[in-house]
Amino acid sequence: MQEYFLLFIAAIFVNNIVLAQYLGNCPFIGTSKETSVALGMGGAVVFVAVMATAITWLVQEYLLSPLGLDFLQTLAFILVIASLVQFVEMFLKKMVPPLYKSLGIFLPLITTNCAVMGIALICQRKEFPLLKSVAFAAASGIGFMIALVVLAGIRERLEIRRVPRAMRGTPVGLVMAGLMSLAFFAFKGMI
Amino acid sequence: MITTSGLTLFGLGLGAAAILAVASKLLYVKEDPRIAQVEDLLPGVNCGGCGYPGCAGAATAIAAGKANPSVCVVADLEAMAAIAELMGQTIEEREPEIAFRDCTGGERAEERFAYSGIMDCQAAAMLHGGAKSCPEGCLGFGTCVAVCPFDAIHMGPEKLPVVDPNECRACGKCVEACPRGVISIVGITSRLLHLNEVTDCLAPCRQQCPGQIDIPRYIEQIKAGDYEGAVNTIRERNPLLMVCGRVCPRPCESVCRRGHVDSPVGINMLKRFVADRELHSGNRLPIPCAKETGHKVAVIGGGPAGLSCAYFLRRLGHNPTIFEAMPALGGQLRYGIPEYRLPKKDLDWEIQGILDLGVDIHLKRKFGRDYDLNTLKEDGFEAVFLGLGAWQASGMYAEGEDLEGVLGGIEFLTAHALGQTIDIGRKVIVVGGGNTAIDCARTCVRLGAEVTMLYRRTRAEMPANPEEIVGAEEEGVQFKFLAAPTRVIGDENGKATHLEFRMMKLGEPDDSGRRRPEPIEGSETLMETDFIIPAIGQKPDLSCLYDETVEKCPVETTRWQTIVADPDTLQTVVPGVFTAGDVFTGPDLVIAAVGDGRKAARSIHYYLQREGDIPIPPMVQRELIPYTLFKEVPGVQHSERANMPHMCHGDDRNCTFAEVEGALSEPEALTEANRCLHCGLTCYDRDMELPWKNEQELR
Ligand SMILES: Cc1cc2nc3c(=O)[nH]c(=O)nc-3n(C[C@H](O)[C@H](O)[C@H](O)COP(=O)(O)OP(=O)(O)OC[C@H]3O[C@@H](n4cnc5c(N)ncnc54)[C@H](O)[C@@H]3O)c2cc1C
Repeated sequence: MQEYFLLFIAAIFVNNIVLAQYLGNCPFIGTSKETSVALGMGGAVVFVAVMATAITWLVQEYLLSPLGLDFLQTLAFILVIASLVQFVEMFLKKMVPPLYKSLGIFLPLITTNCAVMGIALICQRKEFPLLKSVAFAAASGIGFMIALVVLAGIRERLEIRRVPRAMRGTPVGLVMAGLMSLAFFAFKGMI
Repeated sequence: MITTSGLTLFGLGLGAAAILAVASKLLYVKEDPRIAQVEDLLPGVNCGGCGYPGCAGAATAIAAGKANPSVCVVADLEAMAAIAELMGQTIEEREPEIAFRDCTGGERAEERFAYSGIMDCQAAAMLHGGAKSCPEGCLGFGTCVAVCPFDAIHMGPEKLPVVDPNECRACGKCVEACPRGVISIVGITSRLLHLNEVTDCLAPCRQQCPGQIDIPRYIEQIKAGDYEGAVNTIRERNPLLMVCGRVCPRPCESVCRRGHVDSPVGINMLKRFVADRELHSGNRLPIPCAKETGHKVAVIGGGPAGLSCAYFLRRLGHNPTIFEAMPALGGQLRYGIPEYRLPKKDLDWEIQGILDLGVDIHLKRKFGRDYDLNTLKEDGFEAVFLGLGAWQASGMYAEGEDLEGVLGGIEFLTAHALGQTIDIGRKVIVVGGGNTAIDCARTCVRLGAEVTMLYRRTRAEMPANPEEIVGAEEEGVQFKFLAAPTRVIGDENGKATHLEFRMMKLGEPDDSGRRRPEPIEGSETLMETDFIIPAIGQKPDLSCLYDETVEKCPVETTRWQTIVADPDTLQTVVPGVFTAGDVFTGPDLVIAAVGDGRKAARSIHYYLQREGDIPIPPMVQRELIPYTLFKEVPGVQHSERANMPHMCHGDDRNCTFAEVEGALSEPEALTEANRCLHCGLTCYDRDMELPWKNEQELR
């Protein structure tokens, strides 16, 4: 139990996937203009990261490792994750339309998202068992979501402040992301 | 090794492809192809002004038939038409709305932030005695400028946001962002329907104007050189601005805050200035009207009240028809007020502008004779407006009144306006002291007569406009004050030759506050005359409302022969029958008739749309708001009021009916506009440093 708790805290705060590991910066800047959008995107990342980590774990365990093809890991994962996202999109659209409505437009964005890919790869590198991998994926996804929503909140307020013209939009967004990242470093000594 | 790798990847790929292929077969959701097409046609700004999440959401709603192609606030008509065609729908025309900045009076920032705990101007006034500056309640942060997705707002020279009506799409982002709530999205309908409320930012002039014109706003627009904007602002309350610019006795100026410093701002001269600019520019400014509703309304009487009611009904989208007994529209404007004050060709121009909106007219059709309430109903009119005016002259109650050579003021002016020649001889006596009397006197001067006016009180009590009295004096009219007629003496042919009158003295003040004249016994005097014009008052002629068969009036009337109606809704006791103007108030002003005409149009609008339920705002302003009428106005320098220019002099003036008063020149108008203090309820713009350095010390 304690192990999982620590895993969660570590994944969310200490090793936050964007703010500490700098993965998934593109959607982090791209979809952090409004809190509602950020929430949707965060939800989609949690969902896909969990699914992708589980599937890639199985692929690694039962296909690549037995055949000694570990060097194909990255290639195979990309293929699997891309197909998975496509499949999930179709599945949700048909079976769970309300969920599709809230996550749908973000799914294609995640197809080749390095945060999702990164989470799957980290699990392999750390050689987590399946359950732990899934938990780690969920925690990292939540970490991403928190970072995204906080930045969106900041940027919404920035929108109505006097910002020098050259700095408006993405530039000041990046500065904010940097400051947030510094702030998150304070968690470093925690565990 | 290589083979295994290749095979594995190939297998993985094939597997994924197979699963996806099967999935796409099984999980296929039929999607309306039109969604994508509609989305392509939408501008893709994702502003959310339509109320849907982004353009994709709007496209889905349109394709599902839940929204009309016109929901998009950004798309131009062409794009909307293309979408409508795709969907096989027609575009619902929407009333254009734009962002509108106005102080809402009750919730100003200075009060909220600086006077902590005091939430509105009234409270601040009670605590600090009023006067303080408050720039429209705007903090000037430019939040609205930053959030506007269309670059439609920018900061004006006074550090207040200025909305560009051509760019604004009413998406509402600025309203959301404004920390003070001074921006609202309003369409023209709600602006036209608004009645003054005590929580509005009402300068004293705005409270006093019977037409509720937003005076500070249009003067502000004149200051900024936006003369067309000023005309449009006035037209939201008064379609007869050219007329009022000439004849209005300006109740607003009597309460002007600058009047406590030097003399009131020449509000009406400014109105005339912008009205005349439009008149002489050769093209009329477009007047937007709401979507047609198809409701038919009969407007009886084409005077200011009827014209105003028809104009506002038309702008609200209804179809008014004016029925007028006389051969032309205008009422007293045409048949009462003489040419030298209001040239008929200008009046025609102004009335034509109202008719051009799509108002039907039937001339020479008298209510009561050619049609009545029942036949109008049968003809499909859903509501009726009665604006019959006050056309019956009161008698002098003097013996010999019906002799030849005695003609009531109204009849005289009407006959003159109709082009009839009246033999008035050399010596004319006009009895009375109101506008009608003066108009008769000055008309007679122009017809070549020597005129004496008889008034039973003194000059100070004369109800006529002061400059009318001055005008009459300048034109050589003789005044005989404190004199009342007692008898008309005629010759053997029954023609009046002398008027006997009695001198009066002023006694105790009566109900109206004026001192009551009392006769001095034995002071009877005879005065020789060729023609006598009694002009001592008018009242409505309601005979047309009576049925020949039953001696009962369908609407309730008062002892002054005016029609009774609810003062807020102007609905008479007969549902669906409304009234305004002189027939409701008794003889009054053009602007009062215009203002009440709008009020009646507002009521008719609700009557038609809400099955008779006419809402009256709880805070509606009925009288002047006392705490706004303070007389101490520190921090304002003296400045000279512009003089009304005169266009003709000497014989030209006394012998012809050429217009006497003129319009200000542009520099004069700008100087005059700059005298305006741009007041709110208690605030106004100061132009001097006050002895105390800032408001802080005052507090
Ligand atoms: C000589 C004079 C000078 C004035 N000077 C000024 C001034 O300087 N400034 C100012 O503000 N006000 C002035 N007034 C007052 C102003 O003209 C009136 O207050 C205003 O015209 C009232 O408008 P109304 O629409 O109620 O009535 P009216 O203008 O009288 O219009 C009523 C209309 O109804 C028509 N009508 C009447 N009976 C019937 C019927 N049975 N069927 C069909 N149609 C009918 C009439 O023909 C007329 O067209 C003056 C008035 C007079 C008489």
